[in-house]
Amino acid sequence: MSSVDVVEGRLGPVDQIPVGEGRAFLVGDEPVAVFRPRSGGLHALRAICPHRGGPLADGLVDGEVVMCPLHNHQFSLVDGSCATGTDDVAAYSAAEEDGELVVRLRHT
Amino acid sequence: MTQTAERPDTPPSAPARSRLVVVGNGMSGARALEEILARGGGDTFAITVFGEEPYGNYNRILLSEVLANAAGEAVDNEDADDEIYLNPLDWYDENGITLHAGVRIVRIDRPSKVVYGDDGSVTPYDTLVLATGSRSFFPPMEGMWASTTRLTPGVFGFRSLDDATGMLEHVREHRTAVVIGGGLLGLEAAAGLQAHGVAVHVVHPTEVLMNQQLEAEASKVLRSKLQDMGMHMHLGVKTSEILVEDGRVAGVRFTDGSDLACDMVVVTAGIRPNIGLAMVSGLETQRAIVVDDTMRSVDDDDIYVVGECAQHRGEVYGVVGPLWEQAAVLADVVTGTNPDARYHGSRLATKLKVAGVDVAQMGVKIPERSSDEFVQFSETGRGVYQTVVIRDGTLIGATLVGDVSKVAALTQAFDSRSALPEERVKLLFDLGSADDGAAAADLPDDTQICNCNGVSKGDLVGCVEDGAESVSACMAATRAGKGCGSCKGLVKEVVEAALGGAGREDPADSYYVPGIPMDKPTLMREIRSRGLTSVSAVFEALAPEGRDHVGSKMGLTALLRMMWPHEFVDERDGRFINDRVHANIQRDGTFSVVPRMSGGVTSPDQLRRIADVAEKHEIPMVKLTGGQRIDLLGVPKEKLQEVWADLDMPSGWAYGKSFRTVKTCVGTDFCRFGLGDSTQLGIDIEETYKGIEGPAKMKLAVSGCPRNCAESMVKDVGLVAVEGGSWQIYVGGAAGATIRKGDILATVDSHEEALRITGRFLQYYRENANWLERTYDFVPRMGLEYLQAVIVDDSEGIAADLDARMQEAVDAYVDPWASDQTERTPGQFHDALPLVPLPQVPVR
Repeated sequence: MSSVDVVEGRLGPVDQIPVGEGRAFLVGDEPVAVFRPRSGGLHALRAICPHRGGPLADGLVDGEVVMCPLHNHQFSLVDGSCATGTDDVAAYSAAEEDGELVVRLRHT
Repeated sequence: MTQTAERPDTPPSAPARSRLVVVGNGMSGARALEEILARGGGDTFAITVFGEEPYGNYNRILLSEVLANAAGEAVDNEDADDEIYLNPLDWYDENGITLHAGVRIVRIDRPSKVVYGDDGSVTPYDTLVLATGSRSFFPPMEGMWASTTRLTPGVFGFRSLDDATGMLEHVREHRTAVVIGGGLLGLEAAAGLQAHGVAVHVVHPTEVLMNQQLEAEASKVLRSKLQDMGMHMHLGVKTSEILVEDGRVAGVRFTDGSDLACDMVVVTAGIRPNIGLAMVSGLETQRAIVVDDTMRSVDDDDIYVVGECAQHRGEVYGVVGPLWEQAAVLADVVTGTNPDARYHGSRLATKLKVAGVDVAQMGVKIPERSSDEFVQFSETGRGVYQTVVIRDGTLIGATLVGDVSKVAALTQAFDSRSALPEERVKLLFDLGSADDGAAAADLPDDTQICNCNGVSKGDLVGCVEDGAESVSACMAATRAGKGCGSCKGLVKEVVEAALGGAGREDPADSYYVPGIPMDKPTLMREIRSRGLTSVSAVFEALAPEGRDHVGSKMGLTALLRMMWPHEFVDERDGRFINDRVHANIQRDGTFSVVPRMSGGVTSPDQLRRIADVAEKHEIPMVKLTGGQRIDLLGVPKEKLQEVWADLDMPSGWAYGKSFRTVKTCVGTDFCRFGLGDSTQLGIDIEETYKGIEGPAKMKLAVSGCPRNCAESMVKDVGLVAVEGGSWQIYVGGAAGATIRKGDILATVDSHEEALRITGRFLQYYRENANWLERTYDFVPRMGLEYLQAVIVDDSEGIAADLDARMQEAVDAYVDPWASDQTERTPGQFHDALPLVPLPQVPVR
């Protein structure tokens, strides 16, 4: 249990996510929201808002944050930190590898 | 890096820091901590907090709201109830405070200077703060307890978040409640329960409700108001027994032998300070723990006491004002910021809302000496009662029920013992004097504005002088208005007076959206001159460094759709989720579906289809809306297209900042009073302007006669048929969070003209209102006469253009449910909460 194992999800083409939006995926048994901001890059956060369970993949996104559609809490796309007063959300790594979206979770 | 919480249990502590332990994490414990931190105590002390309840600290004053609010849980409610928590758990981490929630301290070993927890922990302290608060008092009574520690099911105290949530659970299935004790808390509980449709009986041992605060006459006025609201009063009687059947509450018995059946009992018979810990630890206790003027226990120099468990000069306080004052003195002394600080007791002035009735009280309730002056005003019809007591030319007491508009001036006179007007009645009435705005500016600096958090006018003005540029900034910095919230209006007046006087305004207040530093006219000019037709193009051209901004996208999308009905480049990421999937997101991530039903008129065929859809898709709730439509709630996103197809009805736009619906009465077809065909006009208006988007939602109504059954006077646009074949057009009405009666924009004499003026007003509103500015703010801001001139009399010669642009929007209309039967973007209707079984709402 103490060893670090990385769960990797190979999730298919990046084009599943429209530019500027997010979509939800399952990686192992973890629901993950992957965002593709217009300013570039891919970001992955746990898909469920820690405040009231809102669907983060449905949130509005800019270059820095996603805003939960239920109560407008905002989370950093980079590290999941919340600047609006609720708990942080877990952040995962997301990348495009050979045209495919790859998300890695780190469980310790 | 910041993946998960990996915060240390204890902050890295420099050995030099002395250990401060706080027992109790309620309002006074938390306030003492905040005051200590504000004085740099975070550096001096390693701080540990024990709280018996398993939460962060929360605002007990708002418990009544928790109870009452849940009654009105609305579909598009915004900030919900996390306001009740004073400090989130993060706050403790950020300030390096170790919080042990759910741990009760059972003993203080004063010689060894350690405290023992019920979890077996032993925690050393150098300085100890006791803020153990108080608890509900349960009078000894047959049937109260199921066991030595557990109340009979159906019996509640009203003191903790658990009490409130327990009651909320219970009221779902229970109909009659008895509240024992008609003090402030009891009446709050009663009002909260009544809001849930429960029949409420209040039992109080004297004829005088709230006798702590009110004398008999004032209490009588309050009582009749509460009775008007349907509350049952049993005064001058005592409860002798709680009747129990099958282990549950079945009724109460009074001392006169009579019974009252009920299935719920709330006990609000007073509070008792929690002093058990102090007693077993050998501290001097009488009614509470005895302290000196530094808030230190009289027996132990290292133990301080604050809040409802402290007894100072014979007084034990149960309201927040004194607690705040005590906490400030305690912090001054403990941190050494001001070792000479002394607490001299508090003069009690309370201002509160009891079950919707404003009450303010300060000082003595009635004249005590024959030489005391007594000014009394009573207007029982309106439920207003006011008195002041004056001794030797100074105000020593005042009571206001039903109308507390003069409370600020009275509090000031009471606190400062200032000179009073010769005509005493001026204390209660403005006899042709200035308005409230001027009054706020004229208040002396030491007038307390927020009675919950002890914020004076001077504090707010100081905040403005230190650079705060908005009301919300001042509220955040001083905590004014963050308690019960009843002073928000006055806070706003004071801050605005200060801002205006200083000639400063927050430029950001005028921005159409926060991410682009321009007001709406400037922004529209820029967009038009540069030909910007997409949200991303606007950000790129006009935002600082071209950065997009999450909180600005929705407003820009709405603006661009209005400006460019045909040319708009639809970037779906610029839309809120509701507008991406044409449905209103609910708390569990499902959506509500409301088909258009113009004018609230439906047919057997439509109803049959709706019923079939509800059955086929196992819709958890089918509900009638306030706008005379049918709402299908709890539809998962991936089923929306199928539901729309099966309904084969157009979208009702119940999710958008858009034209929503036209409520109508039955008008001339059936109603024997009808003067105009309101049903047909309503249908025509809705069919014409359906789904037109704007800065905020637009709700309309048409009534067939001045009886106004469709509530036209409280709509964004409301029409009323009047004798002579005319229609009055009201604008700027509201009956939601704000209530405002609309103003008559025009009286017209044909359907066609009514339709045209309605459209022209809506177009003018779309073009000129700020983002999210409803008509009830827009109309007074523009001024009715101005709107009449522009829209009805065409004083600026733009009427034809407005009509043309509205017609263009009408012509460009497409039903989104039909057009999005094919996916617009990949995964548009994909599940966003995989693994969470939806709907989570209960099926009714």
